[in-house]
Order: sequence, then C-alpha cells, then structure tokens
Amino acid sequence: MLEKLTIIGGNDKEGNPENVKLFEIDAGMVFAIVGPTGSGKTQLISDIEQFIDDSETISGRSILINNHPASEFNFNKSLRYLIAEVSQNMNFVIDITVENFLLMHTKVREIENQKEIIDEALKITNELAGEPVYFSDNLTKLSGGQSRALMVADAAVISKAPILLIDEIENAGINRLKALEILKKQGKIILVITHDPTLLLMADKRIVMKNGGMNKLHITSTEEKELLKSLVNFEEKISNIRDYIRNGGIIKEKNFDI
Amino acid sequence: MRFIVVAGTPSSGKTSVMYYTISHILKNNVKVAACKIDCLETSDDERYGKLGIPVAVGLSDYLCPDHFYVANLEEIETWAKNQNADILVLETAGLCHRCAPYVNDCLSICVIDNLIGIDTPKKVGPMLSTADIIVITKGEIVSHAEREVFRHKVEMINSKARILEINGLTGQGSLKLKNEIMKYKELDTISGKELKYSMPASICSYCAGETIVGSQYQMGNVKKVDFGRQK
Repeated sequence: MLEKLTIIGGNDKEGNPENVKLFEIDAGMVFAIVGPTGSGKTQLISDIEQFIDDSETISGRSILINNHPASEFNFNKSLRYLIAEVSQNMNFVIDITVENFLLMHTKVREIENQKEIIDEALKITNELAGEPVYFSDNLTKLSGGQSRALMVADAAVISKAPILLIDEIENAGINRLKALEILKKQGKIILVITHDPTLLLMADKRIVMKNGGMNKLHITSTEEKELLKSLVNFEEKISNIRDYIRNGGIIKEKNFDI
Repeated sequence: MRFIVVAGTPSSGKTSVMYYTISHILKNNVKVAACKIDCLETSDDERYGKLGIPVAVGLSDYLCPDHFYVANLEEIETWAKNQNADILVLETAGLCHRCAPYVNDCLSICVIDNLIGIDTPKKVGPMLSTADIIVITKGEIVSHAEREVFRHKVEMINSKARILEINGLTGQGSLKLKNEIMKYKELDTISGKELKYSMPASICSYCAGETIVGSQYQMGNVKKVDFGRQK
C-alpha cells in the first residue's frame, strides 16, 4: 500500500539546486502543482510517473515510495498502475456500453464483487455529473463532463491506482469539490495541475514551479480556505445562471445577484 | 554492436518513440545508426537525420517489405558497422500482421497504440506475441481505465514482454526504453541467426507481376477462402 511519496529536489533548468530540497505527500492528501507555462510542471509529473533514480532524470530529482527508492519498485507488477490520470484531453474511445466496459475493467483488475463495484461506480458518476449516466449509455456518446465523472468514479473504486493525477479539469458538467472529497476518502494521493484558482485552493498544499525548479512549498492557509468558500459560492452562482439560460430562461431584471 | 529491430502497427509512433529514445542514448556518447525499411516512400529518414546520426533507407518497391528486409539484414549490419555504430536501430515497414521481423539475439520492440481497438492485439499476431519489449503509445488521449484494459489484453497475448508506455509527442517514458536497450547484449554477427517467426510463403502469379483478376490467371501457391468456416 502506498502511504507516502517523497520527492527529493534536484536542479532547475540552469542547473542551480532547487529551492525545495524535499517534500512529502501522504495518502489522502491533495497536492497542487502551479506555475506559468514552461515552468516545469509537466517535467515534475513526468519524474514522478517514471519514478526513476537520480542518475537518470534530467532534473536530478529522485522519488521515494514509503521511504524506499522508487527504482526498487520498477519491476514490481503490483506497482505498474501506480498513477491514474484524469485530464481534459482524455476520452473514451471504445465503442461499448458503460456497463460492459466497467465489467471488463473489474475483470482486468480481478475484482470479485463485480456487480456491487460497478453499481458503486455508476452511483459516484451520477453524484459528480451534471446529467444522468445510465449503464446502457454508450461510452463514446458521453458528454465531456459525464466522461470525466466516470473517469473519476472508475479511478476511485475500480482502478485502485494509489496516485491520481488531475490535469486541468474544467468545471462544466462535473462537481470537482465533491470529486476530490470522494478520492480523498479512498486514501489516494491526489496531484492536481491547474491554473484555476478554485481547484488550486482545494489542495492542502501547493508547490510553485519556476524556471524548471520547485521554487516554493506552501500550505493552504486559513485565509485561502475562506476565499475558496467564496469562490465555490461564486461558481455555483455562475452555474445556476448557465442552467437557467440553457433551459430557456431569459434574464429580465436583476434576478441573479453576482 | 547491439542490434535493435522495431516493428509495429501503422502510425503507432515507431519513429517518434525511437527518435526520443535515441536522443537519450546519444547523451551517453554512444554511437547509433538508424535504418528504415519501407515500401514505396518514407520521410522517416529525415526525422532520424535530425539527430545527426547516420541514416539509411531501404525501399522494397515491388517486393514484400518483410522479405526484402530479411534479404538485406547482413548488408544493413555491415553498413552500420562501417559507421562505427554501437547500436543499430532497424525500423521496419509495419504493414501486414502476418509477419514478425524479429531475429534471435536482436532486441525486438513492438510499438502499438491505444487507439487500435481493444480486440486488435489479438489480430496483431507474431509481431506482438514474439516481441521482447512492447511499447504502447497514445495513452495521453484515452481514459486511464481503457489504458489498463488495453494493457491487459496485450499481456494476454504476450506475457513475457516488458511493457512500456511512451508518449510519442513528448517522449515521456522513453528513458526506460533507452535503459532496456543499453542493458541488451551485443551481437557478433547477424549471419546464421534465426528468424523468430517464419515469413509468409509466396510465389503465386501475382508475386510475379500478374495484374488480372480471375482463376485462369492464377498459378503457383494459391489458397482459396473456406466459406464453410463457422465461428
């Protein structure tokens, strides 16, 4: 079982040692990676995904899993699905129903109580998605939000990968706060790459990338948590307006207070 | 010299995967030569050329590219040795699924992608089932769940191979392939080595240049569809 991931700092793009020498992520924690485009977010994720030892990364970082060098785990089959990923660019491409796909995936993961688990996956999907998803729906016909919701549900109860990487999910059609709560409860390590302030402040900690290096480690403050509440509130209002207009509503007077 | 044979389904990203892998290898000051076998045309040599390594191209033209490939293995080896290469990367055309171009004591790499469909690994045949390393690409655009299912289907066809997931656009994952190549044993000479899987039997009238359809134009090794075949 994965309890702790440790990242030991290396060098930035110019070969200078990174400001952050070491940081740890515990299971059940949401960790955000921020920084402008080109600041090294993808490389950091790539280092974690490949969990290679310090002689091989371009950045010179090394990764420990439960305090052991990650390279020791290289050939361990149980760790080959270490990281599951949900991103805006990912789609379902198999032409098959939701039910048959979930059954197929539970079989691959050698899950015994298949029916129970796929019911749970569908339940979570529907808690997260804006529009209902049915077992009989075809995977390729799902909307973006529905697909993302199903991916999160699958990651939570079927995939069982201990680390989940969330790469910039848009708010439309999926309840992100709830998604993070469900995943946290599963004891996963959740890495979020995003430019979106709401998603960012949902994280317990964040690492700020600069010039290819880990520049700063920050624990989300109480003030920030307060701001998050307002942001979530605000997003809900926007979402209400969206639904109102989508359902044929016409804005006449000041019936929405922003 | 290490002899690396790369095969795979069309457009799976063979050249991209090898491009990034070779660029990692070159950082160790190891000399690499690349050869691409194709049918009528290829631009993959330009891609390899950007790495500043010696590149050769073999076009099979009117011949079966796999037969052409085997018939040229010794010549390709000699060429690469003349370039003082420590590693020869030989990329094949990747067309029909009947063949596997792998030779014993050469590292055989099969590149396939997540988009070819969940039942396709079964159809890819010996190219997949006899590979030492299977590289799966295009994982960045399909759901993680499908990646797991796809990988499982691949494992069912070839349980011995090391499976690596590589992003052909960014090269992510290619360091691991580099390490596998660097670990692989050297080959004295390809002469006398055996193909892992036989090439298709051939020599019908169409092999010899016939172009007209019809039984009366067919001679030699001709096989007909068995319409009685039940599933």
